[in-house]
Amino acid sequence: MAKLIQRYGDRTRINHWAVAILFICAGLSGLAIFHPSMYFFSALFGGGSWTRILHPFFGVLMVLGFVFLFFQVVRDNFWTREDTAWLKHSPDLLKGDEDAMPPVGKYNAGQKIVFWIFGISLILLLVTGIMFWRPWFADLFPIVVRRFAVLIHAIAATVLIISVIIHIYAAIWVKGSVQAMTRGTVSENWARKHHPLWYKKISGDK
Amino acid sequence: MSSLQSLDIELRSATTTPTPQVRNIPALAKLIDVPSCIGCKACQVACMQWNDLRDEVGDTNGTYDNPRDLTPESWTVMRYSEVEMPVKDEGTRLEWLIRKDGCMHCEDPGCLKACPAPGAIVKYSNGIVDFISENCIGCGNCVIGCPFDVPRISKKDDKAYKCSLCSDRVAVGLEPACVKVCPTGAIRFGTKEDMHEYAAERIVDLKERGYENAGVYDPQGVGGTHVMYVLQHADQPKLYHGLPENPTISPLVALWKGVAKPLAVAAMIGAAFAGFFHYIKVGPLDADAHADEEEREEAERLAAEKRKNDADIV
Repeated sequence: MAKLIQRYGDRTRINHWAVAILFICAGLSGLAIFHPSMYFFSALFGGGSWTRILHPFFGVLMVLGFVFLFFQVVRDNFWTREDTAWLKHSPDLLKGDEDAMPPVGKYNAGQKIVFWIFGISLILLLVTGIMFWRPWFADLFPIVVRRFAVLIHAIAATVLIISVIIHIYAAIWVKGSVQAMTRGTVSENWARKHHPLWYKKISGDK
Repeated sequence: MSSLQSLDIELRSATTTPTPQVRNIPALAKLIDVPSCIGCKACQVACMQWNDLRDEVGDTNGTYDNPRDLTPESWTVMRYSEVEMPVKDEGTRLEWLIRKDGCMHCEDPGCLKACPAPGAIVKYSNGIVDFISENCIGCGNCVIGCPFDVPRISKKDDKAYKCSLCSDRVAVGLEPACVKVCPTGAIRFGTKEDMHEYAAERIVDLKERGYENAGVYDPQGVGGTHVMYVLQHADQPKLYHGLPENPTISPLVALWKGVAKPLAVAAMIGAAFAGFFHYIKVGPLDADAHADEEEREEAERLAAEKRKNDADIV
């Protein structure tokens, strides 16, 4: 039996899943209002009007949840020169050749990019969303501003959703990653293979 | 206002397939002859009466505009603009331009384009654009989509309201209530073709009386409208309480509800499929499987060594 290493504490895991659940709610209710082919998602939230009423609350709570998550993981997500090198090698990784990759710390460059896209798109979604949040804030903004807001909101949401799809796929692709966020632990092999610098650091340079 | 209509629907909000359109129904239009309007507001009263609407008593802003603006309970409002127009050899002349404001019933309605609720906004095949309030979810997209700033959302029920061109009356062969009561015949109703013919006569008349720029307002940027104006100064529609010169659906709205919608959905579905097929092609990155293999090899090597040693002992 491989040895297990703690990767995420209780607080981070609960925080992550709260944000994830709110993302699913905000995402499905938003898609229902965005494209008629997905209007049926409104049935999950009690019809069209309830979808419209609930969506902004899901969104605001998701952003709030992400703020806490942000400060828990941001220190490991600053860009370094090694990340640029890693990114250059990323096509090799996609071919399944992980041995060609430069050693990685707690997060690789792909994870860092996803993290920052989450942060930026959530800020855009929050700011633009408030601009056409009926009945409270929409009337405070001129119609032309609201037109920009709805367009940016839609683009930011699309970018966020695609990044989440990438985020979820990466977790499925790299076996043992889901357990890191559900039980908080990864195997020693997992850490050594995928995040050698992080492994070295936490195992005390053994 | 109501879905209980005996009218064919040509366009339906948030609906991507065509509605039944085999019948050939002539386009209708209301023509508002601004120079014939005396500003009596009978049309406003008739609108309230037929549609059973009673707005709150508001306050005045120094003009005859009352209420000050369109509201969920006031689907039409007379706009009074005092302008000084230059006249040949006379200096200037004060003109009181009175425009009946309300929904223009665009051939290409921005409200309908922006609406996310299936069937909350429809355009009948006769050209009338109608809000089907029971399908309305109160999101306010129609306000964002409209090039004329017409829809108003009620604080009572969070539903959008505007002039229905009395679709309920038209459905049973009657003219809209405002047309019925207009004492000067300044509001006419009929096929769009007939209204254009009548407008052409009026324009000849107005030009004879010195209004060289008289013309009909039927803006092509929104595909034409089913509410048209005869204007004394058709070259300057802005004079009439800011009637837009060349209204179109905003390019932002067109982008949002045009290419962005299918592209975004395609990108999301594409990302999911790309992931799936990547997995099928490349397979997972599994540190433990690899490690197990190494461990097994190590174990096998040790076992073989042991066997060899055992054999040596024997």
